[in-house]
Amino acid sequence: MSLDATSLRHGGRLMLAVDGQPRQTRSTCPYCGTGCGVLIESVGEQLVNVQGDPDHPANFGRLCTKGSTLHLTAAESVTRQARLRQPLLRAQRGGDTHAVSWDAALHLAADRLADIISSHGPEAVGFYGSGQLLTEDYYVLNKLVKGLIGTNNIDTNSRLCMSSAVAGYKATLGVDAPPACYDDFQHAETLFIVGANTAWAHPILFRRIEDARRARPSQKLIVADPRRTETAEVADLFLQIRPGTDVALFHGLLHVIVQEGLLNHDYIAQHTNGFAELRALVAKYEPAAVAETCGVAMADLIQAARWMGGHTPTLSLYCQGLNQSSQGTDKNAALINIHLATGQIGLPGAGPFSLTGQPNAMGGREVGGMANLLSAHRDLGNAQHREEVAALWGVPSVPAQPGKTAVEMFEAAARGEIKALWIACTNPAQSLPDQHTVRRALEKAEFVVVQEAFGTTATCEYADLLLPATTWGEKDGTVTNSERRISRVQPAVPAEGEARHDWAIFTALGRELEQRLPERVASYRPGTSTLFPYTSPESVWNEHRESTRGRDLDITGMSYALLETQGPQQWPMSEGEAQGQVRLYADGRFPTADGRAKFAAVEYRPPVEIPDAEFPFSLNTGRLRDQWHGMSRTGTLGRLFGHISEPTVDLHPQDLAELGLTEGDLVKVRSRRGMVIIPVSAAPSLAPRQAYIPMHWGSEYIGGRGAEGQRLCGVNALTQPAFCPTSKQPELKHATVSVEPVELPWKLVAMAWLPASNALIVREAAAQMGRELAFFSCVPFGREPDAMGRVGVLLRLAHTQPLADDQIAMLERWFGIEGSSVLRYTDTARAHRRALRLSSLDESQQVEAFLMAGDVRAQAWLRPLLQEDQPVAALGTMLLHPGAKAQGKVASRGKQICACFNVTEPQIEACVATCQGSEDERLAQLQGQLRCGTNCGSCVPALRKIIRLVPIATEATAAAPLEAVSLASS
Amino acid sequence: MNQRKKLVVIGNGMAGIRTIEELLKIAPDLYDITVFGAEPHPNYNRIMLSPVLAGEQTIDDIILNPVAWYAQHGITLHMGKVVTSVDRRNRIVTAADGTQAHYDRLLLATGSQPFVLPVPGHDLPGVITYRDIADTKAMIEATRAHQHAVVIGGGLLGLEAANGLNVRGMSVTVVHLADWLLERQLDPEAGELLKASLAERGLKFALSASTSACLADEQGRVRAVELKDGQQIPADLVVMAAGIRPDVRLATSMGLQCQRGILVTDTLQTLTDPRIYAVGECASHRGTAYGLVSPLYEQAVVCANHLANYGIGLYLGSQICTKLKVTGIDLFSAGDFMGAEGTDSIVLRDPVRGVYKKLVLKGDVLVGTCLYGDIQDGAWYFDLIRQGQNVADQRDTLVFGPQDPAP
Repeated sequence: MSLDATSLRHGGRLMLAVDGQPRQTRSTCPYCGTGCGVLIESVGEQLVNVQGDPDHPANFGRLCTKGSTLHLTAAESVTRQARLRQPLLRAQRGGDTHAVSWDAALHLAADRLADIISSHGPEAVGFYGSGQLLTEDYYVLNKLVKGLIGTNNIDTNSRLCMSSAVAGYKATLGVDAPPACYDDFQHAETLFIVGANTAWAHPILFRRIEDARRARPSQKLIVADPRRTETAEVADLFLQIRPGTDVALFHGLLHVIVQEGLLNHDYIAQHTNGFAELRALVAKYEPAAVAETCGVAMADLIQAARWMGGHTPTLSLYCQGLNQSSQGTDKNAALINIHLATGQIGLPGAGPFSLTGQPNAMGGREVGGMANLLSAHRDLGNAQHREEVAALWGVPSVPAQPGKTAVEMFEAAARGEIKALWIACTNPAQSLPDQHTVRRALEKAEFVVVQEAFGTTATCEYADLLLPATTWGEKDGTVTNSERRISRVQPAVPAEGEARHDWAIFTALGRELEQRLPERVASYRPGTSTLFPYTSPESVWNEHRESTRGRDLDITGMSYALLETQGPQQWPMSEGEAQGQVRLYADGRFPTADGRAKFAAVEYRPPVEIPDAEFPFSLNTGRLRDQWHGMSRTGTLGRLFGHISEPTVDLHPQDLAELGLTEGDLVKVRSRRGMVIIPVSAAPSLAPRQAYIPMHWGSEYIGGRGAEGQRLCGVNALTQPAFCPTSKQPELKHATVSVEPVELPWKLVAMAWLPASNALIVREAAAQMGRELAFFSCVPFGREPDAMGRVGVLLRLAHTQPLADDQIAMLERWFGIEGSSVLRYTDTARAHRRALRLSSLDESQQVEAFLMAGDVRAQAWLRPLLQEDQPVAALGTMLLHPGAKAQGKVASRGKQICACFNVTEPQIEACVATCQGSEDERLAQLQGQLRCGTNCGSCVPALRKIIRLVPIATEATAAAPLEAVSLASS
Repeated sequence: MNQRKKLVVIGNGMAGIRTIEELLKIAPDLYDITVFGAEPHPNYNRIMLSPVLAGEQTIDDIILNPVAWYAQHGITLHMGKVVTSVDRRNRIVTAADGTQAHYDRLLLATGSQPFVLPVPGHDLPGVITYRDIADTKAMIEATRAHQHAVVIGGGLLGLEAANGLNVRGMSVTVVHLADWLLERQLDPEAGELLKASLAERGLKFALSASTSACLADEQGRVRAVELKDGQQIPADLVVMAAGIRPDVRLATSMGLQCQRGILVTDTLQTLTDPRIYAVGECASHRGTAYGLVSPLYEQAVVCANHLANYGIGLYLGSQICTKLKVTGIDLFSAGDFMGAEGTDSIVLRDPVRGVYKKLVLKGDVLVGTCLYGDIQDGAWYFDLIRQGQNVADQRDTLVFGPQDPAP
């Protein structure tokens, strides 16, 4: 059967409206696992707006800071600068790429793979996918690798995200299925959030939690986390545990629950196995000892246990704090133990509810797109299951031996065992732990293909072949969110350039490979001529649907048409059922051999690395509120840097003092695997001797070269590749590091408003230059949509000696520091220079750009002036003054808190001082007056924090004026 | 009273009379003083001739010592009398009209002469120099009858003359040998800024240009200046301001050793004859003949001290700084403003406000400065240069002027 490029690209489903007519398309947000519905507005081939889908049961019309700005990440200026638009071939490593046709690209790829397979066997290839692929993409990839090539070397970044949750559910409840749903938030009497900063990582879910707390004043919120996050700020009880002590905590809680007689003996007796063993185990976890281990007060531990066991129903929400751990499976299981022992599962408002990190990690799990899984929650280790899948696909068999998981795959490639790496929709050169090994793998591999929407990721540099893929707004298929709800993802605009859907790329590759692997094709079962008969995502999905028939996740009752007409549905929903199952295990029957859940009697084990004299700090990593993963999409918007504007390592103020550091100083953070040089910032939310670096800061945004010339490749140069023996999920959330000041005598800060059409290119070029120095960080800033069509770029450099003049001159050109309105100061002998360009010569003149090298103190006050478009005529030539304080009256608006309405901290503080009443009443007045937190609501926790800190003003103290240049905005 | 010594001063200008003033302060009764002046005026402020030319001041405004002052101090004043010879053996000074005076001490303050380019037509009617009140009056006269002026020389004097003539409505072109204006006072960048702002006022310039001739019209008056490259610039007034030469005609005739000025010691006594002193533009001290006012005043103090027989203090030379007396143009330079080998510089440029500041340092010692557009700290820099003090602790803010002690 022939199939033309267009149907491959659009599956024939996209119908463009008459040009000029706005058109609305129902789809989902591509960020976190909440799975919010969006309404995309497009005109012709351009996305123009996005809104929350009021009918979508995940968000009911709400979107967070990231989701509500999605259309801006698809603006033409961004697309032109950041997207991959045609297949690119790199003749030799490190060299330039040149465009090739899709046919040429696919032929080459198939030839290389077939060669390697025939000479080294199928185990010599590895496919690494993503929890952001759609279910259809996943399904075809899985079939391609396991069905055609005959290896299980397929894994995805879900391994870094959810595999411990998967293993935890399977170890206790039998299958990988979150039993609860979002609606349970409002039925719970006790909410236990552990290892999750929901306020930042799942903002819309946190909005629903806020609603639930308002509606149910009796509801108790317990938060357990090593950091006092914004989630913890609003808790009724916060347990600031030591990193990695979760299992001890859960056993301690269960110990108290036993002591207090809060067990549900009937439930244990009727629906579970193995409690006696567990009970004996937790008996050893005396509250006093546990409080000691976890670093919490015993009274708090007991209080938490009483609420969880006695103030029911109890719902637990958890995420990477439990998953990204060398004991991830045990952490999940030990928490589930508590729910089983108290019968807090299968009821409204009860259950162990794993929050998904990525938009479609669930879908990937459903199709078995992992090294140890098979379609529809089948197991690789189960011969029966293998046969079912082989029969379904029409192949003689599927390989039994588990494939290499994410970390193992790259370690094998680094050893030379895996010779071809096919990477789709993810950025391992940013996101995998132990980057030095990862980069070595990418260098060592004979053939690296990167199938990507964005050409700006660190991994792209290593690709021999780059294949342009479609992305949000163009893609077509389905995703499943945290509560087992499947939504249709529909295209609003055609693919960018020559980009193709991932499922279509895998389909085309599969067909090419079939021609080159005739013996495989010959072995197909009768009636099967190709494994890739697909003409549309729906044809793929229908096959996947059939594979679920009779399984725990049976979706035979669904169809594309139904999802489109009746909206998203939860699985299971088998044929004939009118709707999906809201909640699992209501009847206490579990998908295990005997229908009973199993308790997991597991001992607490500390993290792999324990702080010692050489590496005294515990490094934690995680998300920022307004960024997403490697930032290939969110990083294109300056406005998403308004919340946290630059890479930093957070330390407790006390540690800063001990190290003689002040905020902004550069420090060297070193682990056994690598190091990063990064500015430090003070975070009272951390416990002493703990460090926190957001997971987002890869070599795209921060880096340089170490003393031995080695590349510094971001936060994951430090992180821990050791993984949970069961889930194989690496311990990204705990590595021990040392923190020491670095003296880099020469510093440079450059900052400019640039035309949106080339800001990202300038950012990339500046970063490229910075990568050769000891330290660079380069980020955008701004507030798209900007009336003047501008995006800002902020560059920091530090080095052992000054950068060559011609290179600085180049930077000045890039940052637009040229022409007749440029003020300059130079002290050649000291290598001090400052230059800044003014917008105009009149009174309204503003600083459009500046570059300062040698002495950069003045950035403290120049930066806010530039960022806030403040008039600077009053300062005159003193704009060139080196001091850390402006030589004249200039006021900054201060740190932005509300990104939607650009409301700043000083404004909010001044306003809440005048707001009377309870916290809720003051919040309402504040929102009424300044509108902050009334759109996406992501800043509400921050607003509440300010309200608690700012007393109600008496006449005397009322209305403090906004003063002082605040650096917070930096 | 009659045994009072006799002091004769040849030169009734700023240097000579300032020396007398200094002398009267410390030894009012030591000498009978006689002053010979070639010009028919009492001592006036020569450097203020430009404001007079520009119509901003009158001759009366710039008189420093009215005739009454001389009388009041018992000074014999011979105005308009050119001294033609000095008999050093008998210590007698003789003027052209035969007037004679005997001296015990003689002070030469004969100043300098404008340098006249030896080009064809340099002596045509309408070709003048710019030195004294007479020249100034002649120029003011010319502006009434004539349109086109060429000023030869883009130094301080030339630019002030050009500006004055321009203000009085003439169309003026400055012909200058060097590549930029005020090359003795400014670096090329500041010279460019100066040229730009003068051009805004309507002045025209021919830089790197040398004059080959002054051409006459049928009446025999100058009509144009011809440049080496053949270009002709219409001019019915030509002002030669191509520099000055110390006036050593008399000194040479007296047999005093001269070399671009009368050679003097650190006590301002002539090398040849210790009874004879020389100050001002005519004196050559350690190889330098100063053409600016502040060194003259510094010489005057030392010279007076020795004339008063105190014998304290030596003149060791002057750090000089210059200003251009053209209203609305602020420039200032001092010391090694070009930046010699072994120096480095701090430069501030603010084209928005037309400000250019250059500080030249040797190590952490300020040795020169060139300011344009904002000269309010000029004096401060000049002090730092003269004191030669280490400025390491304030180097980073030096270009912004004196800072309030940092909190």
